[in-house]
Amino acid sequence: MCKIGLIVNPVAGLGGRVGLKGTDGREVVEKARKLGAKSEVPARTVRAIWKLEHLRDQCVVLTYPKTMGEQEVAECGFRVSLVGHLAGKESTAGDTKAAAKEMLKRGVNILVFSGGDGTARDIYESVGTEIVVVGIPAGVKMHSGVFASTPEKAGELAARYLEGKERGVVEAEVMDIDEDAFREGEVQARLYGYLTVPLDRQLVQGKKVATPPSEHAAQQAIAAYVVDVMESGVLYLVGPGTTTRAIMKELGVPYTLLGVDAVRDGKLVGKDLAERDLLKLLGSGPAKLVVSPIGGQGHIFGRGNQQLSPKVIRRVGRENIIVVATQGKLSSLHGKPLLVDTGDGALDQALSGYIRVMTGYREEVIHRVEC
Amino acid sequence: MGDGKIRNFHQARWEEPIIYELSHPGERGILVPQAEAEVKSAAGNVLETIPAAMRRSKPPNLPEMAQERVLQHYLRLSQETLGRDLNVDVGQGTCTMKYNPAVNERFVTSTKIADLHPLQDESTVQGVLEIVYRLDLFMRELSGLDRFSFQPGGGSHAIYTMASMVQAYFELRGEANKRDEIITTLFSHPSDAAAPRVKGYKAIILYPDRNGFPDVEALKAAVSDRTAALFITNPEDTGIFNPRIKAFTDIVHGVGGLCCYDQANANGILGITRAKEQGFDMTFFNLHKTFASPHGSGGPASGALGVTEELSKFLPVPLVGYDDRSSRYYLDYDVPHTIGKIKDFYGVIPAIVRAYAWIRSLGPEGLREVARVAVLNNNYLFRNALKIRGLSAPFAEGKHRLEQVRYSWERLTQDTGVSTTDVQRRIADFGTHYWLCHEPWVVPEPFTLEPTESYSKEELDEYIAALKQISSEAYESPDIVKRAPHNSTIGKMEDHSYFEAPEKWALTWRGYHKKYKGYFEPR
Repeated sequence: MCKIGLIVNPVAGLGGRVGLKGTDGREVVEKARKLGAKSEVPARTVRAIWKLEHLRDQCVVLTYPKTMGEQEVAECGFRVSLVGHLAGKESTAGDTKAAAKEMLKRGVNILVFSGGDGTARDIYESVGTEIVVVGIPAGVKMHSGVFASTPEKAGELAARYLEGKERGVVEAEVMDIDEDAFREGEVQARLYGYLTVPLDRQLVQGKKVATPPSEHAAQQAIAAYVVDVMESGVLYLVGPGTTTRAIMKELGVPYTLLGVDAVRDGKLVGKDLAERDLLKLLGSGPAKLVVSPIGGQGHIFGRGNQQLSPKVIRRVGRENIIVVATQGKLSSLHGKPLLVDTGDGALDQALSGYIRVMTGYREEVIHRVEC
Repeated sequence: MGDGKIRNFHQARWEEPIIYELSHPGERGILVPQAEAEVKSAAGNVLETIPAAMRRSKPPNLPEMAQERVLQHYLRLSQETLGRDLNVDVGQGTCTMKYNPAVNERFVTSTKIADLHPLQDESTVQGVLEIVYRLDLFMRELSGLDRFSFQPGGGSHAIYTMASMVQAYFELRGEANKRDEIITTLFSHPSDAAAPRVKGYKAIILYPDRNGFPDVEALKAAVSDRTAALFITNPEDTGIFNPRIKAFTDIVHGVGGLCCYDQANANGILGITRAKEQGFDMTFFNLHKTFASPHGSGGPASGALGVTEELSKFLPVPLVGYDDRSSRYYLDYDVPHTIGKIKDFYGVIPAIVRAYAWIRSLGPEGLREVARVAVLNNNYLFRNALKIRGLSAPFAEGKHRLEQVRYSWERLTQDTGVSTTDVQRRIADFGTHYWLCHEPWVVPEPFTLEPTESYSKEELDEYIAALKQISSEAYESPDIVKRAPHNSTIGKMEDHSYFEAPEKWALTWRGYHKKYKGYFEPR
């Protein structure tokens, strides 16, 4: 008997229809309801679960009570097992996190959730990359790479994985933005982590997903190349991401997946550094900066690596920026440029133009950068 | 749109076992009669003349079968293929699967060619040397360059040879250590980046500009005193001809680099534009693509590599020369800075003979006609294909293409969930096929068609009708396409995840050992 975990965030998406830019926090939920917002989450969740119908006799769905999954599962006629209780009257982020933890403990084969970037973040905080997850798109913000393009496709993807038709998995970015800033009209995305999702060959819109082995091999090739050309006595600031992680692994030093680390002469000299630490470490010696595009839009600065501030970038200098990305990742931009958005217009202008991107061992691409 | 009719096709499916499974102990073909006593005594014990270490101790492990069953076996297998001469083979874009005139096989299978030995004395192979020499002269006319070698055994080998000559050129100038970069474009053939890397070069790849053309500004950003050479295809794999090609070669020459042209597929430009006028120092043609010699699994390859006078001193040896005084053709090893030998002997003779015969049969106007018809056919196919729902041709939209087009089913996939690999399987049900594209897929859900000059309007209409039918199926009953093929000798494999786990597969026993001992397990 296979175990499907289901977590529904019943308030996801409420803000969007009434012009609020997200639904994080109780006040926003209430405001949305006052404005007449009705949740579309139950219907979207049911649309996804119907795609698993043929597995009904072989599966049990582990979920939380009422609107957090129980009612949707009941509607589809699956066997249900409740694994916890809501802490209060209304479901909260805390319930999502507790439910995800419980499902990890009970060893679900796959965790399906319904929500947006905020929900993805809560789940990431509880399960990391330890179990395979699929997101049913139901939120206002969906910048993370964990969502299928439609609820039906989320259900199909979960089914393919459970049936063994799709065994490959990839790490997909969990992105979210600062909602307070977003409501003020400012977009500041952050990379919060990675969730493990089934490799989606058919269902992701308009892009060819590189296979895990080829993507992994490409990252290793890039790492070997970067390490080969590292100069002695030079400080290397290594930004966040899975491609840059490969470099730290190649060096055999500890790393922060989501932060900026520093190495010199093959040794770690600083981990998860903030802007102030970076400036201090930079001093006046020679330095280079290694970054990778984050978040699917092609940003090399300004998304997921804000600690690499205009000051830090100016101190390092454009000529000392090393951009790394697999060709699979670059090709998913479909000819669009790499982007910079440091918050410093003059610096963004200076960074624009053409830049070399290391894409393999002794292989580089000349790519446009725009702001 | 054309009024092509779809064929009611069904391929033979024999479920034929492998030949060893058909073997029965004691079953046999004809017995070779024993030699007469006189012959035996004259020959003596022949086995004794073979060194003991070379003699088999056991008979070879061959299947035991009657002659007729062997014939049946291979005939059945042949019916399960979809060869170039059997289908409307316009789906192998970039590869020019044109018609290879059958009469040329008469030449290469005649005893005059087939019985030659590559180590025969020059004086006994004057005829074939003359063909090589004359083909060199033809190639000079077609390219505007000054000397050709036929040693490379294919396109990638020719690129490798060009990279070797680039290296020899800079070694002679004392710049080899500094110049360690070659530049290519994303839509050039991937071997243009790959083969020079085998020689130790770093490959710098230019992405296309906003309009889908090779990006001249990116080239300006790429060149430096580290640039050794440009290695590009033109037209690119998208079928787009680079209108600023002379600016490209001028920029590279401006920093002291060399310009190497990949004309493996020259089908759209034969007699129209040449390497010399585009500013190239070297080029190569694939005789097995452009010059009507069968290729792929169908026959041996040959890359005809040409250079300017200045670079001819680096060519591989031997070249074929002609001595006026003795009226003799000869193998010329007197090449002062030769990169040496890159392959045994002096070329793939069957491919050379076919190319020579093809050029002779067409003449200069005929070759130009080949290019014109190939481009016309392609643009007929292109305009009609664009009318099919869900199909597009990204990059340089609205512009003509030369001999091929890289299409996209992106819209179809978004609308219906049917992907290009689904269509690829389904089109087998119409008795044909198509190829997708090289990795990575910059064009989403890609496929690449190249009709060449060989196909008639009716055949192109048939191909278009098949694509149109599949598009309709995708919108109306997508499962037909997703579960295809239905009428082919092959079937859909539901679980292909094993192929993406390299530790779980190997193509051959030898490959298994090589791979596992080298990669997954320590040697």
